[in-house]
Amino acid sequence: MGSDPGNIVPPADAEELGTERYDGKYPIVIDGLQNAFGDNVIHQDLALKVRRGEILGVVGGSGTGKSVLMRSIIGLQRPTGGTIEVFGRDITAAGPDEVIGVRNHWGVLFQGGALFSTLTVAENVEVPLKQFYPELSAELMHEIARYKVVLTGLPGEAASKYPSELSGGMKKRAGLARALALDPELLFLDEPTAGLDPIGAANFDKLIRDLTDTLGLTVFLITHDLDSLYAICDRVAVLADKQVIAVGTIPELLESDHPWIQEYFNGPRSRAARDSRDRAAELTVAEGDAAREQSAPAAALHGKITGA
Amino acid sequence: MREWADFSWQDGDGDSGRGAIALHGPMLVSSVGPLDERLRAIDRPISTIDLSDAGQIDTVGAWIVWRLAEQHGAEITGAGDQATRLLEVVQGAQSSADIRPQQLGMPMRALEDFGRFMVGLGHGTLRVIAFLGAIVLSFGGMIRHPRRIRGRAIVRQMELVGVASLPIVGLMSFLIGIVIAQQGAAQLSQFGAESLSVNLVGRLTLRELGVLMTAIMVAGRSGSAFAAQLGTMKLTEEIDAMRTIGVAPMEALIIPRILASVLMMPLLGFYASVIAILGGAVISDVTLGVPAVSFLLRIREVVPVYDLYIGLIKAPVFGLIIGLAGCYQGMQVEGNAEEVGLRTTQAVVQAIFMVIVLDAFFAVFFSNLGWN
Repeated sequence: MGSDPGNIVPPADAEELGTERYDGKYPIVIDGLQNAFGDNVIHQDLALKVRRGEILGVVGGSGTGKSVLMRSIIGLQRPTGGTIEVFGRDITAAGPDEVIGVRNHWGVLFQGGALFSTLTVAENVEVPLKQFYPELSAELMHEIARYKVVLTGLPGEAASKYPSELSGGMKKRAGLARALALDPELLFLDEPTAGLDPIGAANFDKLIRDLTDTLGLTVFLITHDLDSLYAICDRVAVLADKQVIAVGTIPELLESDHPWIQEYFNGPRSRAARDSRDRAAELTVAEGDAAREQSAPAAALHGKITGA
Repeated sequence: MREWADFSWQDGDGDSGRGAIALHGPMLVSSVGPLDERLRAIDRPISTIDLSDAGQIDTVGAWIVWRLAEQHGAEITGAGDQATRLLEVVQGAQSSADIRPQQLGMPMRALEDFGRFMVGLGHGTLRVIAFLGAIVLSFGGMIRHPRRIRGRAIVRQMELVGVASLPIVGLMSFLIGIVIAQQGAAQLSQFGAESLSVNLVGRLTLRELGVLMTAIMVAGRSGSAFAAQLGTMKLTEEIDAMRTIGVAPMEALIIPRILASVLMMPLLGFYASVIAILGGAVISDVTLGVPAVSFLLRIREVVPVYDLYIGLIKAPVFGLIIGLAGCYQGMQVEGNAEEVGLRTTQAVVQAIFMVIVLDAFFAVFFSNLGWN
C-alpha cells in the first residue's frame, strides 16, 4: 500500500449527500430561480424538478436561457434569486467547499467538447481523477482512462491523440469520456449532437441512452435536435416566457395549447423526426431478433459470472 | 470518514493452492484506491472472487474485479444485477492503447527535432519571401489603380498606431529624458563636466533612443495587435469570407496596417525625442541648476542636424519591420486559439529583435558616412 488513506480528505459520499433533504427521487430541484444580466431578465420564478434515472430534454427558442440554466445548476453562474438543490444541497448558498463535495457526482459535456488542448484524450480523462482521487495509482488511472475512452465508442488508439487531431464527433465522445471519468450520477450535456452529421448524431443519441441505462445516470440534456428528443428523452422541459412552461413526455406536451409548444412539436421538422423514430422502432425490433440468435459470446460471459 | 473497500483472503484446499478472495465495502472510484494496490501485490493464484459481501459498485470497481479475474483466470461469484451489468460493460471496453503518442529514444528524437526545425526554417523563409512578394505586388496594383487604396482603413490604422499611443510614448520618453540627464550629470560631474549632459540627452535621444524606444513600444502595442487581430480573423474564417466576396485581404487588412506603421513611426519617433529633451530640461532645471531655457538653447548648438536625419531615416524602416512581422505572423495562424497567442508573441519578439539588429547596422553605416 503506497498511501495512507487516513491522510486523504474524504470527498462527500453518496449516502452522506443524502442526509439533508435529498430523498433519492429528485437529484435536481429548482425553485423560484431568477437570473438577470443588468435589466435583461432571463429567468423569473423558474421551477423544475429532475427525476432520478431519467433523460430530461430541455428545449426552448434561442435566448431563452437554456445554457444559463445549466450554468446556474453547475455553479458557473450565480443566480440573482431562488434556490437550486443538487442532491439536496443548495448550490446557490453553498460555499466553494460544499460545491466541491457535489462536483464529483456530476459530469459536464460542454458544447465544443472543451477538451484541454495540451493533453491527450486519455490525459484529459485522468484530470478529474487526479483532482478528486489522488490516492489512485497511476497504473489504475491509465486503465480507467483507456476503458472510458472505449466505452464512449472511440477506438482505443484515440486515447493517445491530441484534441486537435480529432474530428468534431470524436471530440464530443472524448468530452463525454471525461464527463464520465468519476462515474457521476448526474450528467449535463449541452447540445451534444449539434454539428454532427445525422448518422453520427443518431449514434451519439444511442450511446447516451445505452450509458444512461447501464450506468444508471440521470441526464440533463439541452438540445435543439428534435430527433434526440423523440429518440432518447424520457421527459422534455420547455423554456419560454422566462420560465419552464411545461414538463412532460412528448404526448403530454402535444396536448398543451401553448402556441410555442404547438409550433415546435407540430412543425414539419418535428413530424419528420416522429416518423423516423417510429421507423427506427420497427427496425430495432427486427434487429433485436437477429441479435438474440447471435449472442453466443455474451452467453459465455454470463456463464463465467454466476449470479448471487 | 470515507469508507474504504477491503478484501479477505482464504487459502484454497487441495494441491492447487489457489485461494479465494472476498471483497467487502463499497467498490467505488472514491473507495478503491488502496485496495487496488494491495490486489496488484498478490502473487499467489486466485480461483474465485466473491462479491456477495461487497457494497455499491461503479465501473471502476467493476474494472478492478474484472482485471483481477482475467489475470488469475478466476471465477466471479456473488455478483448482483448491477455488478453483472457493469462487468459486461467494462469487459467490452478493455483496451491496451497508449496514453501518450509513442516517442523515439533520446538521440533519435533530438535528430528528429533538429530535422523538423531545419525544414521549418526553410519553409518559413520561403513563406516570408512569398509574403513580401505579395505585398509588393498588391502595393504596385494599388499605385496603378488608386481607387483600390483604402483611405479610411489607412487613417483608422494610423489613429490606432499613432494617435492612440501618444500618451504612453510621451510618458515613457519624458522619463527616459529624466534618467539620461540625471545619470549623465552624476557621472560627468566626476570630471567637472556636468554641462555636457545636454549633449548626452540631445544627441542620444534624437539619434538613437527616441526612435528605438518608440519602436519597441509600437511593436508591443501595435505589432501584437496586428498579429492577434489577423490571427483571430483567420480562425473565425473572416478572411476566407472576404476572399469569397472579392475583397483582397492584402489590400483591406495588411497594406493599411503596414502603411500606418511606416508613416506613423517617424512622427512618433520625433515626438518621443522632443519629449525626452523636455524631460532632460525639466530635471536639469530642478536638480542641476541649469535653467530649462538655456538647456534648450544649448541643444541647438551641440546637436548636429544630421542626428535628426539619422533618427528620421531609421524610423520608417523600423515601422516596416514591425508591420511586416505582425501581419505575417497573424496570417500564419492556423488551427486553434493557442496558436494566436504563440504567433503574437513571436511577432513582438521578432520585431524587436530585428529592430535592434538593424539599429546596430545603421549605427556603423552612418558613422562611416562621417555622421558621427
